[in-house]
Amino acid sequence: MIKTENVHYDYIRYENDESSEPKITHAVTGVDLDVKKGQFIAILGANGSGKSTLAKHFNALLVPTEGTVYVGGMDTKDEERLWDIRQSAGMVFQNPDNQIIASVVEEDVGFGPENLGVPTDEIWKRVDEALTITGLTAWREFSPNRLSGGQKQRVAIAGIMAMRPECIVLDEPTAMLDPVGRTEVLEAVSDLNKNYGVTVILITHHMEETVGADRIFLMEKGKIVLSGTPREVFSHVEELAAAGLDVPQVTRLAYELKREGLDIPGTVLTADELVSCLYNDWSRQKGGAQPSDEVQHAPET
Amino acid sequence: MLLKLENVTYQYNIGTPGEVTALENICLDIDRGEYIGLIGHTGSGKSTLIQHLNGLIRPTSGRVLFEGEDIWGEGYSRQQLRFHVGLVFQYPEHQLFETDVITDVCFGPKNMGLSAEEAKERAAAALRAAGAEEDIYEKSPFELSGGQKRRVAIAGVLAMEPDVLILDEPTAGLDPRGRKEILTLIDDLHASRGMTIILVSHSMEDVADHAGRLIVMNKGKTAFDAVPKEVFAHYKELEAMQLSAPQVTYVMHALKERGLPVDINASTVAEAKESILKCYER
Repeated sequence: MIKTENVHYDYIRYENDESSEPKITHAVTGVDLDVKKGQFIAILGANGSGKSTLAKHFNALLVPTEGTVYVGGMDTKDEERLWDIRQSAGMVFQNPDNQIIASVVEEDVGFGPENLGVPTDEIWKRVDEALTITGLTAWREFSPNRLSGGQKQRVAIAGIMAMRPECIVLDEPTAMLDPVGRTEVLEAVSDLNKNYGVTVILITHHMEETVGADRIFLMEKGKIVLSGTPREVFSHVEELAAAGLDVPQVTRLAYELKREGLDIPGTVLTADELVSCLYNDWSRQKGGAQPSDEVQHAPET
Repeated sequence: MLLKLENVTYQYNIGTPGEVTALENICLDIDRGEYIGLIGHTGSGKSTLIQHLNGLIRPTSGRVLFEGEDIWGEGYSRQQLRFHVGLVFQYPEHQLFETDVITDVCFGPKNMGLSAEEAKERAAAALRAAGAEEDIYEKSPFELSGGQKRRVAIAGVLAMEPDVLILDEPTAGLDPRGRKEILTLIDDLHASRGMTIILVSHSMEDVADHAGRLIVMNKGKTAFDAVPKEVFAHYKELEAMQLSAPQVTYVMHALKERGLPVDINASTVAEAKESILKCYER
């Protein structure tokens, strides 16, 4: 679906006039990644690690200084395919207030397909569908400024869905939301992926949001320094800390208990897993009479 | 008592169909040197509450007292009050407006009537305290990274050397390292300067780790006001208020249900670790 080959991106800024030496920031320095159709991908990284710059390459908001990005087989440098690329990979940004333009929810959702020249009947069909998927049907005639942050982000997602993209790129969509809004948005995104087959690329620095991803890429200083399943990536507790990140609280607790010598196999991602592990270990210590819980661990790939 | 709220109620759109009671009969005593975590979901009244503490909002009924004086009493200077009770808004970096960092931070002290020189001294001290490096003082705020801007904005309030520092979600939008840095800075202001801290946060983990007292707002009322452990013991009720306890609280409760003799009140990773390891000792 999306493939990058040795992508570099430099920001070039001239201090005063074009004659002076430009200031060059190497934001992305050689990224290769391959996202398959239908995957749920998370990109983690600290502020300034280059993850947003990379994300803007996925729908040709930026084209690489060096290297190539393919979206659905199309080279993003090909200007003639620009609109096809933007239609197949839609983008949702951090601030809900910056991406809503209409004064009524349903009109905002219809803005995208209207720009694509979709016939009116079809636009309304798509709007209905997108509102249903994101659970916003009851708010369709509301003014967006009466919605909560989480609802506004879902309007933004619905607006993308109405363009029928194959892939949706979300750049820190929950950074400005409260826990309820955050859950709403993540559930909507996960639903798109599981039930509608949309490829999802989620950029975030909230570790808990990525435990359900198929694959995580960790970025540091413009490069991908670690990739794998959440279980693999979160086993690198120290490396994540060095990259300015963290692991979910239960993963940290499990890691610290393991260091103290408790028998905890693999990497723990959820509270339930940790409870099962600890209960089994404790039962064994007490004589092993109690029936033990099955601990399910995904195979390490 | 440093700050006291007596039966504070705040309503707006009074007499219209859109009448809202944002705060209802709030009573609070805040002592000098406390570190308070203020939590509640969006619309619970926590932002309205903190704006009462430095006189930005006038209660519909009830009184707000600072050092025993009614801040809405006749002749009371609320401008002076705001030098004592500093409020750092959400995304404070959006309010940076000067052409360079040091001038921006000087704005508060200058308003206090200090000379340009004194203001500059205060500003430099505040920037140092906030962990902003000296080489950014002459830069435009727009040239800074998100984390740096946030520090400069906090320094702008610190420069007034307030007794009480109220921060509305100071870590929103920052990465884990940035969050840790800001929280460490706040801990430091509390520990070494004895500043009274009121931290508004959505992160239960953060308030569990840092605050000594937790106030939970729900529908304009204080639902809980106790030490964090006691509050998190009500984790089921917190969920009904669209909040949650830290992840470790769930782990501890589940372990206890299965018969492990753990302390269900452990709310930080360090406490949970200690309690779990104890089960294995003998």
